[in-house]
Amino acid sequence: MTDLKFTAEHEWARLEGDVVTIGITDYAQDQLGELVYVELPEAGAQINAGQEVVVIESVKAAGDIKSPVNGTIIEVNSALSDEPEKVNEDPTGEGWFYRVRVDSTGDLDSLMDETAYQDLISSLD
Amino acid sequence: MVPFAGYEMPVHYPTGIIAEHLNVRTQAGLFDVSHMGQIRITGEKTPEWLETLLPTDIVGLKEGAQRYSFLTTETGGILDDLMVYRLRDEYCLVVNAANKDTDVAFLEENAIPGIEITLNEDRALLALQGPQAATALESIAPGAAKLGFMQAAEIKVADRPCFVTRSGYTGEDGFEISIDRISVSELASLLLTLEGVTPIGLGARDTLRLEAGLCLHGNDIGPDTTPIEAGLQWAIPACRRSGGERAGGFPGAERILSEIEQGASRVRVGIRPDGKAPVRAHAPLLTPDGVHVGEVTSGGFGPSLSAPIAMAYVPASLSEAGGTLEAQVRNKTLSVTVCGLPFVPHRYHRKP
Repeated sequence: MTDLKFTAEHEWARLEGDVVTIGITDYAQDQLGELVYVELPEAGAQINAGQEVVVIESVKAAGDIKSPVNGTIIEVNSALSDEPEKVNEDPTGEGWFYRVRVDSTGDLDSLMDETAYQDLISSLD
Repeated sequence: MVPFAGYEMPVHYPTGIIAEHLNVRTQAGLFDVSHMGQIRITGEKTPEWLETLLPTDIVGLKEGAQRYSFLTTETGGILDDLMVYRLRDEYCLVVNAANKDTDVAFLEENAIPGIEITLNEDRALLALQGPQAATALESIAPGAAKLGFMQAAEIKVADRPCFVTRSGYTGEDGFEISIDRISVSELASLLLTLEGVTPIGLGARDTLRLEAGLCLHGNDIGPDTTPIEAGLQWAIPACRRSGGERAGGFPGAERILSEIEQGASRVRVGIRPDGKAPVRAHAPLLTPDGVHVGEVTSGGFGPSLSAPIAMAYVPASLSEAGGTLEAQVRNKTLSVTVCGLPFVPHRYHRKP
């Protein structure tokens, strides 16, 4: 088991204190194929759950990533501008997108744990 | 796998689109393009009759020669683009999968007595493309490497009789191999054992043709675009143009021939986004002062350039390379530069 929580849109979230790190899952990167562009939000931005905050483009298609939480962005992974392929290589590590200081850690309560997420993706295949 | 024109087609194999694309540019790739329509036309008057539908020199087409052409509409649009080659006195049209039934219906509607039109559904088609394609194919198909670009021949490939043409849809040297469908799977497996040859899916087929500046029917060309707008006048020889021996006589000739002389009011151009974000089909193009002037018809990422690339129609007055426009992508405008085509030079095997 990991300490990650998951959304049905194939994002993961890792809570440390009141800061949540967000990225996409290995399943998502595999479905998208090789990423060629990641557009990140600005640090300092206030975001709401459900808001589109990241745009990703693979060779195949473009996709939006919606924030699962409310809060303030404190850091973005600017290395992805030059190396979007890090998302494919290490989606839950070096391929993270941004960190948010959440208004309430309760935002994560509705997310899935790993077992529930694995059940979800096996139902998709 | 995705559904495509009624076929289940792989978008990519496990190595992914970029690796497949680069393998075609540096070594060789095998494409299963059996979904394409292969239409056989026979009958004594075939060349003269085909010239009533295609703006091409078919009467002068020698045995073993191949041409790029298109079926045109009465208003000068492109009903479909195709390859036509002659083997003995048979003419074979290779047409887009999505259009094959309508193409056959169109040909039959326009047929004259003595012409026989057959959609050859018992034949499959493989494309072997890339700088190592000739060496690979020659090893199992003696004589194949002797073909020049846009030549066709009946050649035995692994002892199976095939129609082989030296052409493709990647900008690279390569071949298309028409074989009976019973034998195709075995031949594909054999080709994949040859040095440098890897399987290529639909994803890389699209990035390769986009870098080569080749049109996709339904995106970059269609009934609402003329061959001259699309920059395909090179496919219309002098004998079919105004003043030629067999000028006109195909649907839409009036408009097409007049555009050859006077130019089209809008033209297909290459587009290089200045940043890294891809600009995809249907993105509107604006002048820097916000006037809508055109639309992207194909766009994405060019793996050989490691950069986004696109094709679009713009007014002829804005078609000069180096011009700056803006593309609307989501809620942003991105600066793009107009450029010539292709993005990656063609490397066809032209005989001296």
